[in-house]
Order: sequence, then structure tokens, then C-alpha cells
Amino acid sequence: MENQGKKFFSIYIFGKKYRVPEGLTVQKAMEFAGYQFIRSCGCRGGICGACLTEYRTPGSYQLKVVLACQALIEQEMQITQSPFVPMNRAAYHLGALKVQPGVLGRIYPEIYRCLQCNTCTRVCPMEIQVMEYIAHAIRGDIEKVATLSFQCILCGVCAAKCPAEISQPHVALLARRIYGRHILPFPEGLGQRISDIKAGRYDRVLERLTRLSTEELMKVYTFREQEPQESDQWVPKNPKFPED
Amino acid sequence: MSAYPESMQESMRNVETTRPRRAREEIPMLSLRERQELLQKYHPDYREGGRREIKAGVNKGQRVPNELADLFEGISVVRPGEMDLGHVKEEVDVLVIGGGGGGASAAVFAAGGGAKTLITTKLRFGDSNTLMAEGGIQAAVGKFDSPALHYLDTLGGGGFQNLPNLVQALVSDAPMILEWLARLGVMFDRKEDGDLLASFAGGQCRRRVHSAADYTGMEIMRVLRDEVYSQGIEILEFSPAVELILDEKRRCAGAVFVNLDTDEMFVIRAKTVILATGGIGRLHIQGFPTTNHYGATADGLVIADRAGAKIIFMDAIQFHPTGTAYPEQLLGLLVSEAFRGWSAQLVNGEGRRFIHELETRDITSSATIREVVERKNGVATPTGMHGVWLDTPLVEINKGKGTIHRIFPHLFHRFDTYGIDITKEPVLVYPTQHYQNGGILIDEYGETTVKNLFAAGEVSGGVHGRNRLGGNSLLDIFVFGRRAGIQAALRAKEAVVGRPSLDHVIEYEKELEKSGILRRHIKTPLLLPDYRYEKALGKVHQ
Repeated sequence: MENQGKKFFSIYIFGKKYRVPEGLTVQKAMEFAGYQFIRSCGCRGGICGACLTEYRTPGSYQLKVVLACQALIEQEMQITQSPFVPMNRAAYHLGALKVQPGVLGRIYPEIYRCLQCNTCTRVCPMEIQVMEYIAHAIRGDIEKVATLSFQCILCGVCAAKCPAEISQPHVALLARRIYGRHILPFPEGLGQRISDIKAGRYDRVLERLTRLSTEELMKVYTFREQEPQESDQWVPKNPKFPED
Repeated sequence: MSAYPESMQESMRNVETTRPRRAREEIPMLSLRERQELLQKYHPDYREGGRREIKAGVNKGQRVPNELADLFEGISVVRPGEMDLGHVKEEVDVLVIGGGGGGASAAVFAAGGGAKTLITTKLRFGDSNTLMAEGGIQAAVGKFDSPALHYLDTLGGGGFQNLPNLVQALVSDAPMILEWLARLGVMFDRKEDGDLLASFAGGQCRRRVHSAADYTGMEIMRVLRDEVYSQGIEILEFSPAVELILDEKRRCAGAVFVNLDTDEMFVIRAKTVILATGGIGRLHIQGFPTTNHYGATADGLVIADRAGAKIIFMDAIQFHPTGTAYPEQLLGLLVSEAFRGWSAQLVNGEGRRFIHELETRDITSSATIREVVERKNGVATPTGMHGVWLDTPLVEINKGKGTIHRIFPHLFHRFDTYGIDITKEPVLVYPTQHYQNGGILIDEYGETTVKNLFAAGEVSGGVHGRNRLGGNSLLDIFVFGRRAGIQAALRAKEAVVGRPSLDHVIEYEKELEKSGILRRHIKTPLLLPDYRYEKALGKVHQ
């Protein structure tokens, strides 16, 4: 019924021809063709990196890289999928690493093999400046690698295409972990709150709250003061509530 | 030029026209009584005929959504008589079933406690709802915030029915969990002075949600996965558990698995088992689309129910108010609650607000359903879906140009793919199935009512009552993943395991058969949703 009035496209899944209604994502088109995915399917929302897909269309030399859950089908497209890309992940323990400019190159020396061909950037389905962050990795700028690579979903296509055989996603992941642990300042307020909790500062009030009846709880609940959305300078009238 | 079709543009112009006035408009929050009335009239949980009683086992008599009851009434993919429980592939101290945030954290802490630990997972390690979490993780660290206020907010969100001991654990551990994640290298958003940035989610009286842009779950999951690799914890992928194994004293003693590549069934014996299999979104409760991962098919609930684990609040399903309603290719996908935390407003087809944006999710969804279904103030898409507007450009106006790129890079990219620039045009949204509020009953150490069987994360229940607050699920999985991991490792040191058996599976099926409702055509657990052929065209399966 739903097919009425729909235009059909021919697509080639691993070389085999199927007719599927237009307007579908590649993932749904494959399901329409009869696939029940075990691999090449995850979040279905463009963030898990499972459905890496490559295709060509007639009359074009270009090999395009997309996520099957995000891209729409095209007439006569030839599709293949890479649910897994072998990558080099070095062994390390984050806590033991020292933050020195050369740390990324010491753990992943292959970054120095980069040919600056820019293939990695060109194929990235997340439009990350991959070659640029590898250049920053070579220079030892961990912060730049961390921020430029932040949207990496580890699909691995850059590593699959790299003529210098670099596993860019793992270089970036290491940089982000070093940045998060060793370079970003440890948040002050957090440390204080943890000490307070460990010292038992909230035990009494929590014990009291857990013993309240539903009616009593509802009453206490309605006494909460709502921090306004606009102001960063807000101070509650009763900062001690509900401790007192 | 707008990416929206002509038919939707008149209503979009209403949104633009009313924007300057709305930006300063104050609307009150509902009283507890008004909340209750709204829920009972419009929340899908209260819809006639949506739920029915479980017919066998320890949970007999509890009402659950029909789609889940169907699975409980099906037959096991394991035929107990034919399964050789001697076909043991491996013996471990702690067996973790599930490779999302709950399973990964449980494994790290179990291994840290000296236990021989194995993580098994249905798909890839990391495939989970965890990595799809956008908004963030709650922890009361602000100057004027406290675990006690976090406690009250969580109880209020849950309809005051949450189990107090679990909430106490949740709010007390929260800052420690944040510290643990930061030390693993998670790049939490910071203010200019380097301190943690916090934003609002619905039902919170303080800013308490800590984020890593709108990648929070992905950022945490990729870091945690890397840490599991670093520690050399063993991982078994594409191998879902299909039954739990009990001994003669009904203690959990391992599980039966299937290798999805070869269909081989095998046994892993364990002194303790931690279930962290996630939720049920892919059952499409009441035909709703879902924000959930492809693997969210209730597998853990089904096998735990058969093994005699009590469940709680499984009739309470969370519908997230801002699932994508247009374009159809993105139907049901999550548009982070953080947008409302950053001042985006919900607006009907005429350009008017209809609910305070920081009400809890159950309330906001109910109000949206009322607006569209009863008041007919929604906006229709060309394919006949309806929704209301989430006025995202307000974020740029109120919080400064560039805020959306900085805080919501993923969502910007996702809509940009379809030509929609969310810094300039609003997004059409409608409630989407997001979370199971209830699940397997646990104590504050994560243990279920079956001895030596633990549960953590979405598959477990009690801590969120009947409705979870935004930012409390990323927290829940790590608080109870950690607690279950520590406790399971301790228990494994003294646990005695008896003769393995699947008698409970035979008994459960016999009981169903006696009541005349054993559904032989439904093989459970489900493992994979079926979207093949015409089903791929269904509107709910984005």
C-alpha cells in the first residue's frame, strides 16, 4: 500500500541488484532488500561508527564514504560496507604517561610517516580535519589534536585509506584522554564536594529524607527554590535547605 | 531558503513572529496536582489496553507493556533438553553481560577487585544507549547545590515512588563518579575559569548536568572502552546471552550464549553474573518510534524474569518529549533536552508556548500529546506525522551566537545533512520512546532477588521511580555498575556454585502452557529487531 506512487531506484548491494523505493537511507534500503543486520548497524543516528559504507555512482570516478544510517540512496549506486577496520592500538596506562610534547609520537611513531595526501580528511564522514590534527600531533600540540578530533566516531575509514598506515582514531583518542586527564585543570568545586561527602556532611539530611513519608516528601519538595535560567549570579534565600 | 516544505512554513513564520515576545515570557510550573492530572489524561502509560499482566514466574500479576508481555509469553531459543550444559567455553569469577557503560564500568571495578572478569556483548563492545546519550550526567557539585537537593529532584521526577536506598546511593556517589571519569580522561565541558560547566535538565532546581558537548555518552564510552582495553579485560563480542544458568539452590551460576556468526551455543560458567543489557526501545511500545540503539530488545529482562528475578515499575515507560518528527529519515531520534536547558522553547503551530520547558519528561511529553491530539495545535508533515516546534534559534539569541556550534555540534551536523540550519530554523519534535524507567529490582549493591545475580543500568529498576530525570541515566549506569562490580568480585571470592541447570526455563514454559498462553511462534530473547522488507517502510523504524 505504502509503495503506491513511489519511485523505485536500482541499487547494487555488494554487487547484487535490488529495487528499493526512493527516499530511504542506505541502511533502510538494505533492510527493505531483506537484510537483518548483525554488523554494520548500531545507533542508527550517526554517532556509533558501525555502518561505514562506500559507494560509486555511474559516470563518476569518485568513491564516496558515508554512514549508511545517514545517507540517502542514489540511483544505480554500488554499495559496500566495512563493519570493522583493523587498527593499531598501542598498550599504555594513562595515569603513568608523562605529558611531554613528543608523547604521541613516542607511542605512535607512525604519525611521522604522514605524506600529507589529505585522504583521511577527504573520506571522513564526520568532516573532521584529520590530516590537520595529525600535523598537530607531529608538532606535539595535544590540545589541538584533542579539540579538532572531538567528533571522531572511530569508524576507522581514515585508517583504512591511509597510505602511511596510521591509525588516526587511536592517536586522537589518546590525545583526548591525555588532555582530559593531565592538561584540563581538575575542577576545584568537585574536589571539595567529594571531601564533604566522604566526611559525612550529608549523611544526616539524606537519612532523614529517606525516612519521610510520601506526603512529607511532597511538602519538602515544594519548598525547593528554583535557580533561574538566566542568571549566573543567583543566590538562594535559604542556602541551607533542606539541611535545616 | 528554508529546508522545510511549503506546507510547514506558515506555522514556522508564526514561530518567528512570536519569538521576540516569547523570549521574555514567564510561564509557571505546574503544581503536583496539575502534574498528576496531565499524566493520567495524556501519558501513554495510562492509555487503556496498553499493558497486561505477566502470566507466569515470580512477577506473575505485574502489569507490563503488551510488547514486553509478548516476549515473556514466548518460548526460549534454548531447548533445555537439547542443550549440553557441559559445553563450557570458559569459567570466570565475574561474568558481565552487556558492553555499554554499565557493563564496562562493572567490569573495570570487578577486575580491580581481583576477579577474573569477562565482558560479553551482543554486538560490538560499546554498542549501547550509553554512547547515544547527548545531554550529560548529573552530579551535585555547584556551590548552592547538594546531594540532598539532587535527592529531592530525583524523587519528584519519579512520582515520589523511587526506592530511597537506591537514590541515596545515586546522589552520594555522583561527584565521585564524575571525578573517576575526569581522571580517565573524559573531556567535560568547562567554564572559562576551568571549572565544570553545568546546565539544566527538566525537574532540576539547580544546574547539575555535566556534558561533553552533545557527545557526552559517546565521549564517555570511547574513553571507558579504551580503558578496558588498557587493562586487558577479556571481551567476547557478537555473543548475546540467551538464558541464565542457575544451580540447585537457585543461585546464578553462568549463562548460555549464542555466537551470532556461527549460531553455536555455548556455556560460560561464573561465580557471579552482572546483567547490563540495557533497555527495550526497539520493541516500539504502542507503536512509538525510539531514540534507542538497534540492540535495545529487552533480552536481559526476559532471561532474568525466567530465572526468578523480581522486576519493578516495568509498566512505566519514558517518552522523551523531543524526538525528531521531521525529516522522516531522522524520525524519533533524540534532540537533546539540553536545548531546553539552554533556553530553547517548545512552541505549537500557532507560535505559542504550552508548557514550561523545564518540567520533567513525562509531563512535557503529556503536554505535547495534549497540544497535538486534543487541541489540534500541532504541525503536520507531508507524510502525515505531527509535531510541535523546538525553537532552537532562541539559544543563539539568548546565549550568544555560536553557542549551538559549541554545545550541539553533533545535532547541528545531523540536521545540516538534510539542509536544516538549526541556528536559524526550529526543529519539529514529538515524543519518542526513550527509556524503561523500571526494570530488575536491585539493592544498593546492585544485587537482584536471585543470589549472585547483579544488574546495573537501564535493565535495573527502582532508582528512577516511574520517571527518570535527564542526566540521571549516565549517572545510574556508573554508580550501580561500579557498585555491582565491586560487590560481585567480593562475592566471587566466597561463592559456591552447585549443579548447573535450566530447570527454571522448563518450569516457566510449563506454567505458561498450563494457563494456555505459551506463544510458540515467538522465540525469545528477541536479540535483533526485524525491519526487513515492507517493515523498512514503517514510520517508526528510523
